[in-house]
Amino acid sequence: MKGTAKTKALSALFAVTMLSATSIFYMQVVKAGDSLKDDGLPSGISKVKVKPATDDGPLDEIISGWHFRSKETKNLQQDDFENPGYLWVEQGEELWATKDGSKGKSCKSCHDDPAKSMKGVGANMPKWDAKLKRPLTLEQRVNTCRTQGLGAKEWKWESREMLSMTAFIRNLSRGMPMNVQADGPMKPWVEKGKNIYYTRVGQLNMSCSNCHEDNYGKNIRADHLSQGQSNGFPTYRLKWQKIGSLHRRFKGCMKNIRATPYKPGSDEFVALEIYLSQRGKGLEIETPAVRN
Amino acid sequence: MKKAMHTIAVCALIGATAASSAISINDASANPVTPDKVKVVDGKIKTPLTNKPGNAADGKNWFANRKLGNCLACHVNQDMSSKPFHGEIGPAVNAVATRYSPAQLRAILVDAKSVFGDQTIMPGFYKVDPGQRVAKKFKGKTILSGQQVEDIIAYLLTLKK
Repeated sequence: MKGTAKTKALSALFAVTMLSATSIFYMQVVKAGDSLKDDGLPSGISKVKVKPATDDGPLDEIISGWHFRSKETKNLQQDDFENPGYLWVEQGEELWATKDGSKGKSCKSCHDDPAKSMKGVGANMPKWDAKLKRPLTLEQRVNTCRTQGLGAKEWKWESREMLSMTAFIRNLSRGMPMNVQADGPMKPWVEKGKNIYYTRVGQLNMSCSNCHEDNYGKNIRADHLSQGQSNGFPTYRLKWQKIGSLHRRFKGCMKNIRATPYKPGSDEFVALEIYLSQRGKGLEIETPAVRN
Repeated sequence: MKKAMHTIAVCALIGATAASSAISINDASANPVTPDKVKVVDGKIKTPLTNKPGNAADGKNWFANRKLGNCLACHVNQDMSSKPFHGEIGPAVNAVATRYSPAQLRAILVDAKSVFGDQTIMPGFYKVDPGQRVAKKFKGKTILSGQQVEDIIAYLLTLKK
């Protein structure tokens, strides 16, 4: 059964490779508005647009990045067998029960059935850690478990294992609304992230808001600008030909505007992730989303 | 088949890189007015940045080049209707020569924020290190050379309808 799913996913991956290789040359001409038609919903998702919880936020409507993509890209997220991101979700499921480290334990040893113990966890990250007195992203939380719980080495941020595990855990919250804590000790982190969001950087002298708040829905050359929401991460990007973390996406944006990016896992990117999660509060987790 | 596609893509990328690196960005001899000496007065810069008059044909190239002006990323230009992907961020540049003088175009290209205000997304193409954390590769450099700015102005002045 599992083998069949994998074969299907692999052939989907191959199809995606072909599709995106082709798109380098022909770049399907997508005019503004074309992808704004009602193309249904992604698999496991009940809505891709929500009203903000409060009126004082910058957005009238919170919209998932899915909404801004072409029909071809959307289709890949409407059938889990065609969604190449599931290769990583499946690998994560295997890793969950794989023993590692000096204590001879796996995630399963402490957390048992992930469908019960991990449901909703991904929707609340990053989360405040009372012991460490700081917020932890899902990646950081996994590594804390690995070093302290398993006696195992940390996984690198963008490693296959980390991407698989985070995709697997976030996927267990698919369809649940993002609901990060933004008050109490998290408040200064939200503020720090907000500050980064609105600070102009790089030779092009732009902030996140210049594209993703002021100009979402418009084309910037071949790219249709989204609100830059975080609900689909880790996300399968056709451009990457693999799944990638939110912090990798941050890095790419900063490089595009000719700025020196912060490091994945840095306090700056953690703060930005917290701010984005709060900004997109209520949007459903789509992991693994498929994007351009 | 898949491999062949990738090989073609890689070749295309190498070709694009080679073409852009052949363009000299900092040609000091043609840049008598350094970025720090340029002053915008009433939304205008009357004196050209270089002694050599702008070349409209070159300017047309810089306008579309993704590594240089990349103006097409944000502005529709019907003069380039054969090229795909015109951006929608800024106003179309159709007939821009009928709306702005050369001195106004120079100021907009050099430092759009001094003309339209701080809120504009348009970068200053002849400014050094305008934002925080400028990448090492671009530190101390302008997006366009003075000559390239003059070339683009010459090109924009041909857009009369």
